[in-house]
Amino acid sequence: MLRIDCPFCGLRDETEFTYGGDASRTRPPLDETRAEVWNDYVYQRPNPKGLHSEYWFHQHGCRSWLKITRDMVSHEITAVAYAKDTGE
Amino acid sequence: MARFSAFELFKKGLTGHKNWPAQWRDPEPKPAYDVVIIGGGGHGLATAYYLAKNHGITNVAVLEKGWLGGGNTGRNTTIVRSNYMIEGNTEFYEHSLKLWEGLSQELNYNVMFSQRGQYNTFHTPAQRDTARRRVNTLNLNGIEAELIDAKRMAAEVPGLDYSESARFPILGAIHQKRAGTARHDAVAWGYARGADGYGVDIIQNCEVTGFIREKGAITGVRTTRGEIGAGKVGMAVAGNSSHVAAMAGLTLPIETHVLQAFVSEPLKPIFDTVISFGAAHFYISQSDKGGLVMGGDIDGYNSYAQKGGLPTMEHVFAAGVSFLPYLSRLKILRQWGGVMDMTMDGSPIICKSPIDGFYINGGWCYGGFKATPASGWCFAHTIATDTPHEASAKFTLDRFSRGLVIDERGAGPTPNAH
Amino acid sequence: MSTDRQKLRIGGGLVDRGKPVTFRFDGRVLKGFAGDTLASALLANGRHLVGRSFKYHRPRGIFAAGVEEPNALVELGAEDRLTPNVQATAQELYEGLQAKSQNRWPSLRFDLMAVNNLFSRFLTAGFYYKTFMWPAGAWEFYEKFIRRAAGMGKGTHLPDPDTYEHVHDHADIAVVGSGPAGLSAALTAAEAGKDVLLIEQDFELGGTLLYEAGEIAGQANADWRRQTIARINGEPKIRVLTRTTAFGYYENNILGCVERVQDHVLTPDPHVPRQRLRHVRAEKVILATGAFERPFVFGNNDLPGILLSSAAEAYVNRYAVLPGEKMVLYTNQESGYRVAASLLERGIRLAAIIDARSPVPTRHHHFAREAGIPLYPAHEVAEAKGGLHLKGLVIRKIGDGLEPRDIRLDCDTLIQSAGWAPVLHLQSQRGIKPVYHAALDSYLPGKCADGQHACAGAAAGYPTSEDAAVHGHKVARYLIGAAKTAPRLYAPKDAPPPSPAPVPLTRAKCFVDLQHDVTRSDIEQGVREGFRSPEHIKRYTTQGMAADQGKTGNINTLKILSQVQDKEQSGVGTTTFRPPYTPLTIGAVAGRSIAGELRPTRLSPFHDCHVRAGAEFITAGDWLRPWYYPGPGEDVTAAYIREAGEVRSGVGMVDVSTLGKIDIQGPDAAEFLNRVYVNGWKTLPVGKARYGLMLRDDGMVMDDGTTWRLGEHHYFMTTTTTGAGAVMRHLEYLLQIDWPELKVHLTSVSDEWGGVAIAGPRSRAVLGSSFPGVDVSTEAIPHMGVLEFDHEGLPVRICRLSFSGELAFEVYTRAGFAGNLWDLLTEGGKPHDLRLYGSEALGALRIEKGHVAGPELDGRTTADDLGLGGMQSTKKAYVGSVLKNREGLIRNDRRQLAGLKPVEGDTPLKAGMLLFEGDGITPKGHGIGHVTSVTYSPELKRHIALALLAEGRERVGTLIRAVDNGGATVIDVKVCSPHFIDPEGERLHA
Repeated sequence: MLRIDCPFCGLRDETEFTYGGDASRTRPPLDETRAEVWNDYVYQRPNPKGLHSEYWFHQHGCRSWLKITRDMVSHEITAVAYAKDTGE
Repeated sequence: MARFSAFELFKKGLTGHKNWPAQWRDPEPKPAYDVVIIGGGGHGLATAYYLAKNHGITNVAVLEKGWLGGGNTGRNTTIVRSNYMIEGNTEFYEHSLKLWEGLSQELNYNVMFSQRGQYNTFHTPAQRDTARRRVNTLNLNGIEAELIDAKRMAAEVPGLDYSESARFPILGAIHQKRAGTARHDAVAWGYARGADGYGVDIIQNCEVTGFIREKGAITGVRTTRGEIGAGKVGMAVAGNSSHVAAMAGLTLPIETHVLQAFVSEPLKPIFDTVISFGAAHFYISQSDKGGLVMGGDIDGYNSYAQKGGLPTMEHVFAAGVSFLPYLSRLKILRQWGGVMDMTMDGSPIICKSPIDGFYINGGWCYGGFKATPASGWCFAHTIATDTPHEASAKFTLDRFSRGLVIDERGAGPTPNAH
Repeated sequence: MSTDRQKLRIGGGLVDRGKPVTFRFDGRVLKGFAGDTLASALLANGRHLVGRSFKYHRPRGIFAAGVEEPNALVELGAEDRLTPNVQATAQELYEGLQAKSQNRWPSLRFDLMAVNNLFSRFLTAGFYYKTFMWPAGAWEFYEKFIRRAAGMGKGTHLPDPDTYEHVHDHADIAVVGSGPAGLSAALTAAEAGKDVLLIEQDFELGGTLLYEAGEIAGQANADWRRQTIARINGEPKIRVLTRTTAFGYYENNILGCVERVQDHVLTPDPHVPRQRLRHVRAEKVILATGAFERPFVFGNNDLPGILLSSAAEAYVNRYAVLPGEKMVLYTNQESGYRVAASLLERGIRLAAIIDARSPVPTRHHHFAREAGIPLYPAHEVAEAKGGLHLKGLVIRKIGDGLEPRDIRLDCDTLIQSAGWAPVLHLQSQRGIKPVYHAALDSYLPGKCADGQHACAGAAAGYPTSEDAAVHGHKVARYLIGAAKTAPRLYAPKDAPPPSPAPVPLTRAKCFVDLQHDVTRSDIEQGVREGFRSPEHIKRYTTQGMAADQGKTGNINTLKILSQVQDKEQSGVGTTTFRPPYTPLTIGAVAGRSIAGELRPTRLSPFHDCHVRAGAEFITAGDWLRPWYYPGPGEDVTAAYIREAGEVRSGVGMVDVSTLGKIDIQGPDAAEFLNRVYVNGWKTLPVGKARYGLMLRDDGMVMDDGTTWRLGEHHYFMTTTTTGAGAVMRHLEYLLQIDWPELKVHLTSVSDEWGGVAIAGPRSRAVLGSSFPGVDVSTEAIPHMGVLEFDHEGLPVRICRLSFSGELAFEVYTRAGFAGNLWDLLTEGGKPHDLRLYGSEALGALRIEKGHVAGPELDGRTTADDLGLGGMQSTKKAYVGSVLKNREGLIRNDRRQLAGLKPVEGDTPLKAGMLLFEGDGITPKGHGIGHVTSVTYSPELKRHIALALLAEGRERVGTLIRAVDNGGATVIDVKVCSPHFIDPEGERLHA
């Protein structure tokens, strides 16, 4: 079981969270009209066998989207941040 | 290769089984092959077998990084069925089921395909409507399946909670009589022995570390046992598809997730069929050794760890005990996990890649084991002829960019929801 | 007293002679004592034979004294408490216990299935794969017999009457195992101020100290144990869990443990669970899990009467039971002699010692001579003799170059000790491979890189209780940070013990896996056939796959693999242990979240009102919703037809509280809505609502609903019932991750507000009567108009919108006021004959009007498919606006929403029928569409349906066929507009 150190709520079990997928992707600007750019964003995943940047939603907690770095083999979490603070 | 038969077993038995030959050779890799298949699981071995058998291509190597059949082939819950609703899937899985029906004889290897039937339960009127559509689709495509009500199911399968006051009462099921289970390891071994008999080199402990390219095309592989040239390279590496494709410079519409499986202590026959429950995901059958083989949803987040956690196990068995209250007193013997390549629409990929000389087979989601024979059949066809087989023609890589997804669950580009 | 019937009971031990216990085995009434296990009590009564083996149905006896037992599996209890495959060696004896032997017919002593043993030469490794293939399709025939012969215990189809629960524990240090290492580690950590949880699977603390002779710090083991336990009991920092197995070691130092709360009583207290699943979250974990003794592999090594020497010592010293009258020891190392001495101290003189070493150390010769025990140095056991019990041994001298000469030894019991295998299951579960140490000829723990856990004592290879206690102390100091370096694993000074003989000395079966009947020759055959990896061997021969997971067999298998392949053992590899360490009750895993608690049941704030009104309910996701309100003698069909008719002709009220509701506030709220909905939102004035459609990023429809503008920067959004959670998550994702620059705040208020829809020509009148003084005229509340007011303290939000096509209003209040609103509306509705309607009538009304719902919003439809393409703004970008234009999503032949009318109006259609051209060709394939929703239309007095139909809009007016039952039912239907009634919306604007 993963345990995620939510910056607002502290160390919590994975069961409080909902997975949000790959966080290495950046949503194209709203006015982006090229289908291939959207296609890459929506469908393509690097899916690395190593460190993975990903989003988790603290659904049964503070309702924050968190950005987490986790090893896909060992599941070790090396970084947790409030996603809104990590935006460009 | 010694042909297996009751007589042969008798004869060898009298001499203490000292004369059985190896079921496959343990060859050193040759410098080059016409076709190199990466991945010595069921799909890769079946592909090699059908390349030789159907297309006469025997100068083939299957490269396996560990021991053959050591990936998802040997980690699944062994269910075989062909009750898919969406065009493309329906035809492919039926093609596969037909191959299963003659597989033991074809391979001269008892894969113990047991057509004990499978029930897919529904629990709401809305689920019943979807089930009706699925049954009609199957029937009108010439595939046997039946919509049955709870009363009939209760007569056929004892011990379930059929009460109307259940949290998710069982209203009925789709029953497919021809569905069932098989002995998973035997499928890999049977195809390996068959392919080896045609002269295919099965090379274990040989991990691919990179590709050899010439003018953009792939012409061979680098491995932990040296470079191996290849006219064509096909990959069938469930759980590592993204990893291997990345060596070729491709990004795939795939995420890798853990699916757990569980087996109980050995019991005398107590459960004679296969059921998948439609309210909370739980499926169960009993192996010939007597263990109840059970599973549920994936753990829910990307992972390459071939093991699962407690929360999903608890979730799976909360559902299991709710539907089959007698399970509560029985015991789990082993919990394990397989890593599954989940595509963005829940359906697989079998196609020529955008790189010349490179072919992709992957993204099997929950469906890999049952697909094994047809996957090998169709992938061999694609590699041999450079054209898709009609049963797998829709499993292209470009279906995502073209909006031609095959989304059996309607869950959209959210792999963990399929 | 009838203790005299316990013919092999001796003095001493830890059983409580003051508490005699009566139990039954295979129907025979037997006696034991509190403190016995079922196995020790059976042995005390002279019962060795307890079961039949898996494949060959050979007689099997008690082999071990703990959880490594491969043979002694019994059926416990009866009827709904029948529990199969219980290890007699780990089952505490209790008054009234009933057990039965398994896998035999008709009886344990005479088992007809033992005929398999005669054919055993054909039933070797992999034989299934080579036969039973003819004729084709006959496998199911053979399978029936194979399944019946296989399996072990019998289960029952009766529901389990007992309950289970989950609890959570936290500790600085969790110690697994309470032998010398575990006890000293727990004390060390606690005395340093740490919170310690000590976990022991047995019902007594002490592990090997409960029976093993030895000394720790000058004290006898038993005394040290008593004293240390007293200290532990006086140490407030230590919590002790006995009868608790740490079955799984998961990430983040979480131990899955199961506590057997009431497995040692006949009739459980119904207020206490049978077992508890404990999630132990520990900062650090000490695995003091001990070691299993390794058996020898020789002919007929499975006969009842052959057991591990550690088990013999346990039976004698702990349980006060003599395993046999004439016992022989077979060993190749020190610990065998330690047991011999320990038995001698109790006055039990072995009949012989067979030592496989050459030479045998002088001190052992001395011991044997002084004890008067014949010693056979450099001898091996070739074969055991006997039928239902051991009668004698055939032994041979090893490697003297002479023709082997058999020596026959008579005995009734063989105790054996071929070395030790540290219990590394839990560490292996963490993905750390055991490492082979040639000096020990055994596997020791791998390296724990992250310092989160350590193995202590015998689990780290230490052979004596004193060494183990010292090591436990050091490991605890290391893990609490009091020592810098990790304590070393055991490294022996003596030469390693010799391995089991590489070539079988006998034609008899030499078992490696007693529970699965796997022999040495099975393994050899597997290797010959190309199965080299331990994982392959395991799968081909099934060695290690039984309920004991090869606890006593694995190490011998790896040894044989190394010998047969002439490979260094360190290079052979290992298999991976999986949780659970010992079989785990499924009920404990499921806990309380079963049956009615499988999912939370969500109730509308109006639920009690529906109950009072006599509603029948239906499950919708987690919700219970009123399905219909039956009149006298009405079923659902009669009721919904009546209810829907009442709405169309008068007025009805339906609960809409299950819709998702999101409160949206902030200066950028309009911009936000404009981005997530396909239609425009910038121009919506305060006091108005609008229907909105959301797409997923891939351009498919995600959800729909209305959003009301309550203030300049304040909106109230409704979503579908089933989509509520996903939509909320999606919107939060967009705001927090993708568009953090937008000043918008969302709050889920789904449970905060409850609401009803009042629909029908007289709906306005109902509102007028219910809220006197509030202007509900068309001017005050036009179509899609919103009113917010306070009615005598009751907060009310009203929007004039319709799902039925009739004039209708949604009326919301705070959930806590739901009852008041209900009363107010029913009272105000009385003069207007306000009726109630449920979800079935709601469905009928929306189908008549052609509104889409779940069956059409199936995740595979575009806005255009649903006839809502016109809503999609071309002047702005929004979620999904680019990918919705991919070629596959704009093809002409896509399935579009259409209406269907059966040509014969009284013929019902069914959702899930497939549609085919009306060309008379036999229907085949996927067809041109499918029926999504059906109803009887009270308004049109005929059956109607909605469908997704290829080129559906083009086909209006044409005849096609709806097909069911695989083609057996074909109904001619006419394609029409999905808007069956009032297509111009005149009623809506009335």
